[in-house]
Amino acid sequence: MSTPTSTAGHAATPAWKEWLLTTDHKRIGVMYLVGSMAAFGVAGLMAIIIRLEQMELGMQYVSSATQYNGFLYFHGAAMILAFLIPGLTGFAANYFLPLMIGARDVAFPRINAFSIWLFYFAIVLALLSFIVPDGPDIMWTGYPPYSVTTAANTSMYVFTVHLLGFSSILGAVNFLVTVIYMRAPGMGWNQLNIFVWTTIAAFVLQLVFIPVLAAAVTLLLFDKYLGTHFYDPSAGGDVLLYQNLFWFYSHPAVYVIFLPAVGIIMEVISTMCKNPIFNYKAAVYPGIWGIVGIGGIVWIHHLYITGMPDWIRLGMMVTTLLISVPVGILVLSLWGTLYKGAITYNTAMMYAVSCLYLILLGGLTGIPLAIPSLTLHLSETSYVHAHFHFIMALFSAFALFAGIYYWFPKMTARYADGPLATLSFWLNFIGVNVTFWPLFIIGKEGMPRRYWNYEMFADIQVLGHNFQWYHTIATYGSWIVAAGMILQTINFIYAAFAGKPAPTNPWGSQSLEWTHTASPPGPGNFGETDVVVDENWSPYKYS
Amino acid sequence: MRKLTSALTGMVSTVLLSSQAYAGNGLAVPNESWEVLWHEVIIDITVIGVIMAALAVWWLLKYRATSPGQVGTAKELTAVQAISWALIPASIFMADDFFLAANGWTVWNDYRRVPENAMEVKVTAYQWYFEFEYPDGTTTEELVMPHNQPVVLRMTSEDVIHSMGLPSYRVKEDIMPGRITYIYLNPVDIKETFVQCAEFCGQDHSQMVAPVRVVPQAAFDSWLAQAAEG
Repeated sequence: MSTPTSTAGHAATPAWKEWLLTTDHKRIGVMYLVGSMAAFGVAGLMAIIIRLEQMELGMQYVSSATQYNGFLYFHGAAMILAFLIPGLTGFAANYFLPLMIGARDVAFPRINAFSIWLFYFAIVLALLSFIVPDGPDIMWTGYPPYSVTTAANTSMYVFTVHLLGFSSILGAVNFLVTVIYMRAPGMGWNQLNIFVWTTIAAFVLQLVFIPVLAAAVTLLLFDKYLGTHFYDPSAGGDVLLYQNLFWFYSHPAVYVIFLPAVGIIMEVISTMCKNPIFNYKAAVYPGIWGIVGIGGIVWIHHLYITGMPDWIRLGMMVTTLLISVPVGILVLSLWGTLYKGAITYNTAMMYAVSCLYLILLGGLTGIPLAIPSLTLHLSETSYVHAHFHFIMALFSAFALFAGIYYWFPKMTARYADGPLATLSFWLNFIGVNVTFWPLFIIGKEGMPRRYWNYEMFADIQVLGHNFQWYHTIATYGSWIVAAGMILQTINFIYAAFAGKPAPTNPWGSQSLEWTHTASPPGPGNFGETDVVVDENWSPYKYS
Repeated sequence: MRKLTSALTGMVSTVLLSSQAYAGNGLAVPNESWEVLWHEVIIDITVIGVIMAALAVWWLLKYRATSPGQVGTAKELTAVQAISWALIPASIFMADDFFLAANGWTVWNDYRRVPENAMEVKVTAYQWYFEFEYPDGTTTEELVMPHNQPVVLRMTSEDVIHSMGLPSYRVKEDIMPGRITYIYLNPVDIKETFVQCAEFCGQDHSQMVAPVRVVPQAAFDSWLAQAAEG
């Protein structure tokens, strides 16, 4: 095992300057990880406050409804745009995709550095919304006319989306070129890691759909500050134009998050089971690319209650239900990889297994929501809120944690496993169930999303308890998660400096990032000789 | 595709007459159809969930490594096996999808087909209250419906987007400026409930609520007369 003293190779340059000016994909990956975890911390704090406020009827903890709405805005926008997307396609893709394909860096390292700085500027801009007196209160969806007529500052939302969108588009171009042109000699398409496939699929979605979101929010900006009327019906505009444009991007954005998360747990499960991915080609072509193909024609299921014509609501009911086909094929690949495996359990594998539960629960609870006649009632209730937290937020966050534990020895030459890791895993896993199961139950009875006050439901009993009882349970759950996340963060920081030393390939993986690089990999990743693979090589060949 | 699905609708709705609920006035009661469909879908997803979860737990326990360095023994799939493992599950998933879609469509028709004798109430939403206008021009801030009289709400907004959320009727539809949307209600039960705004509309979003009552025809007539004077 080699332990390089400086991964950038400029011994004379001070460390802070090395990081600030770096174009190394691994350092940029770590910077994405730090930035996205910081966003997760702040947005998580907002979630704790939101849950606390809902624990009892009436207003106890926030100072005004506007402040509550501001927290809701920040929680949603930051979790999706600054934690999940950059955590998965920023951190994981940056650090590991070039290693997995045997490349010495990405195709355009300087553009990569530009992407990370755009991301950091976006985070700073988003955090400024706590300092300005008129921070945005328009939810992460920013629907007009409210976002146009509100006294709050919609431009901060628009410019944050612009910066992150620009950052993602540059990243998408960069990684697509990297995978197409910089694979190790001899590496065919059917020999790529599943994580590489899911990442390029996510970047194809970003490249195609982000411009639509950017256009939608730019028109919002023009309407609010330049007096145009794109979304103003009194002058010939249409309020639904925005929602169509917004969800045309934002539904595929779910797969930008979901796909790399699936990729990570496939890597973890295959390695810990010492089995090849079950039905690899089915997972890649009809599975991953099937999702990309259908993902762009289902967005109306976010507009089931907006009075869109019946034919499109029913048409997209069918396309939405058909998403179960590619997702089902990916699920079979996950399950099949367990079959006849030789399973070793560690923290990464525990998170991956919990993701099997989350994909099942989150995926299946989406089926009622695919059916517009059921969604006429379920839309905008905490049922929806629980569903998308399980499938998008928790599944993807837990997959990211699985990836962090799995790759921790690669990044630091130390294990992050240990009693603290196990304890924080169980707190997180139990906590999320205690938090979100009650929301399914009261959501089905009509508990609205984005409410701090639910007095009108005070007389409604579900299974012998009122809504407040369920909200109280959910709030206790959020405290369990908070404890778990704090302990986990302490564990990561401790393990990075003083964790148990790990060998170069502690899990016995066959993937290039483990077999051909030091931990952590030095500048240029692979030492003197370029990686070359033959046609029999596979990242999943164990016997 | 639409032909196929509508053929399936016909087939399925003859099998599942229970998913269409009719009450005293012989018209569809959407919220009762909703409950039937909900239970059907919950059974469907519970069966899938339990099978998959049991399989995962069984394999996760059974295939634990017994010695370090042990590797999995799964055989590589042949081309026929690989294609079968994609096509057969895909066909099963699609069959279930079309089954659910057909049932969903049937219930959709219960919600969206407005009978000709429906009483029209115009709803206008403002930040942060609802206004109801009856056929005789009377405007009120509560929605009162005569028992067994089908009602259609024609809705629009004067400012931002709101939503007519009627949880006890298992329905909601957005109320937007520049657009008119509708909700069909069949009030077959005499009860007092409420409408709440279900689309984020700003500061007092979670305070935007109005009473909804179903009363006998005679009580409705006297209530409307009183409201017209007041």
